[in-house]
Amino acid sequence: MLEVGEVTVAFDGTTVLDHVSISVAEREVVALLGPSGSGKSTLLRVIAGLLVPDAGTVAVDGTDVSALATHLRRVGMVFQDEQLFPHRDVAANIGFGLKMAGTAAPARARRVAELLDLVGLAGFGHRRVTELSGGEAKRVALARSLAPEPLVLLLDEPLTGLDRELHDRLEGEVAAVLRSTGITAVWVTHDRDEADAVADRIITLS
Amino acid sequence: MPRWFVAVLAAPPAVFLVVFYAAPFLTLLARGVVVDEVGDVLGRRRTWEVAWFTTWQATASTVLTLVVGIAPAYVVARFRFVGRRLLLGLLTAVFVLPTVVMGAAFSALLPASLDRSIWAILAAHVVFNLAVVVRTVGAVWERLPPDLEAAAATLGASPWRVLREVTLPLLRPALTAAGAIVFLFTFTSFGVIRILGTAARPTLEVEIWRRATQLGEIGPAAVLAIIQLVALGVVVGWSTYSQRRHSLAIAMRPATVTLRAARRARRRRERILVGLTATATAAVVTVPLLALVERSMRSDDGYSLRAWRTLGDAEVRRGISVSVDPLGSLVRSIQTAAWATALAVGIGAVAALAIAAAGRLGRALDTGLMLPIGTSAVTIGFGMLITFDTPPIDWRAEWWIVPVGHALVAVPFVVRVTLGVLRALDPELIDAAATLGASPTRAWREITLPNLWRPLVVGAGLAAAISLGEFGATSFLSRSGQETMPIAIERLLGRTGTVIQAQGYALAVMLAAATIAIVLAVDVTGDITGDVSGRRGRRRQKSKAAHARGR
Repeated sequence: MLEVGEVTVAFDGTTVLDHVSISVAEREVVALLGPSGSGKSTLLRVIAGLLVPDAGTVAVDGTDVSALATHLRRVGMVFQDEQLFPHRDVAANIGFGLKMAGTAAPARARRVAELLDLVGLAGFGHRRVTELSGGEAKRVALARSLAPEPLVLLLDEPLTGLDRELHDRLEGEVAAVLRSTGITAVWVTHDRDEADAVADRIITLS
Repeated sequence: MPRWFVAVLAAPPAVFLVVFYAAPFLTLLARGVVVDEVGDVLGRRRTWEVAWFTTWQATASTVLTLVVGIAPAYVVARFRFVGRRLLLGLLTAVFVLPTVVMGAAFSALLPASLDRSIWAILAAHVVFNLAVVVRTVGAVWERLPPDLEAAAATLGASPWRVLREVTLPLLRPALTAAGAIVFLFTFTSFGVIRILGTAARPTLEVEIWRRATQLGEIGPAAVLAIIQLVALGVVVGWSTYSQRRHSLAIAMRPATVTLRAARRARRRRERILVGLTATATAAVVTVPLLALVERSMRSDDGYSLRAWRTLGDAEVRRGISVSVDPLGSLVRSIQTAAWATALAVGIGAVAALAIAAAGRLGRALDTGLMLPIGTSAVTIGFGMLITFDTPPIDWRAEWWIVPVGHALVAVPFVVRVTLGVLRALDPELIDAAATLGASPTRAWREITLPNLWRPLVVGAGLAAAISLGEFGATSFLSRSGQETMPIAIERLLGRTGTVIQAQGYALAVMLAAATIAIVLAVDVTGDITGDVSGRRGRRRQKSKAAHARGR
């Protein structure tokens, strides 16, 4: 489902990614493990099209998307610090991708309600995102990126900044959501236990 | 400090404020709220034409400035590039130029057919106020996490939709704030319109001046001044309300995250965008100033320094003399600025000391001294003109009335800068000196005094820059034959004759150079002040420097 071939990225002469290739099968959840500075987030940005690599290719569902802009790639992403839109409520955040895809309002509302259910936040639609707790914000971010049904979902250290107890609970919940939707996912983490718990397979970057 | 001493310190600034600001302002109000007069003015078609022109040219200027400013704001906020600081410096330098210089620059730049058109006015307003948009909007844009836009892109939003759905809504409070400031400046535009406008299309500000000084209609002019005051109050109220309503974006970024949004342009397209925008912006602000220099050297037979050489010669050609003496105006401006600066620094210094030492009354004095900044210069000048006109206080012909008017506008800047340093001083230093055997007076002399000279130098610089460029109040107060530089420039540019006009442009070049030099010097001194007052004081001061123009 996802093929990354020989990607190389250098910032100001320092090579961050050196001919990196990974391959992820359909419905597979892969953990990308490595210490900070090993280029995990950079690789995610290359896959999402947020960063143009110095060399290498990215293919999604058999199509080479290397030359495609981010919004045309159908690659979703959960950002490290959520990046929820502060001027929109929870429902509008989750429905954003559907709106971009031109989904009509009634269908959008149904899908948003469905996703709120999925992440255990039913009835939260009209909350302001600035009033959410840390765990709630993470769930909204996950629901938002799942809403437009991307072909591949990228998660950039989605559980950092949570206390131990919440971290462990969300770890299970998010993994369960990924399984139930059957999505292809790349989960970046620096935590070996987290990788073991959520992923079908672990790829280590050094 | 003993209470009686604080009172002694507070007295001169308080008296100054009451006599030269409060009394004229109240006199103006009294002249303006006469029922018959109000009805008469509101009944005239001319009044509504002027009000309409004032409003629509300000609205058009504001919208244009926002549109033109958005690209440079983006580039400056999001990218590091060679010359970034220089570009910001250039914009600020243009912003602090005297209004008359800005008018002259566009008069020099544009061909005669466009010279006195609405396009000239709009162009001058846009270039003048570009710094407001780039700085205000750029500052917020810089704090907007780029990943918010990246998130929208991963959700399928094209760059155009990202801008419309995410970026612009979040920039809205900044755009409103910048728009309100530009609107206030252009609504009360005086110097630019006096040079680039025509008698048929004045702003309220110019119409007040025309009625009061050219036609001698004091009552109607006072009514217009009050109409303008009400309009300004409405705008300020609306912008405050609107910003409070949309303030959520301000709290958006947690202070702990220190993500550097700005970076080098990586993609080719980005590099082209950054290069083009920066170059175009720099060109837009420098070309009018270069035109000023060029026109000062133009004569009927090619280029020469004739205008510069004959500045001291009232007789331009044998038998042709102008009533304006360019070199004389230069000398007068320097004298005026010297007196205004001395007055502003003296009053500002004692006021700052009194405010820092006194409690609630200190705050009242502080607020009172700030009022002249919020009052249009024309209103100040007009008020003084009609207040000090009857013996024994017929001061209109006194040489010191112009410096007093300038000082009134400059005092708030001196107070702010000085107060910033005074409040940043750690009171425990004084305590420490006391434990080492210093009497209170001695401790003050040893600890506080050495820290005062820098803010006072900065304040003096600002006061001098304000005085040199002041045009609004001076238009009412200066006597014929006693012109300051800005007045002389306006007169010279209003005449025909290449050499006479070139002299006007030469004066404008000198005025621009002097203003920029002073503001640069203030900026450098402000940097050194950083070690006493901290970064806060410096930033405040900068915005003050920016505020200093407009008068």
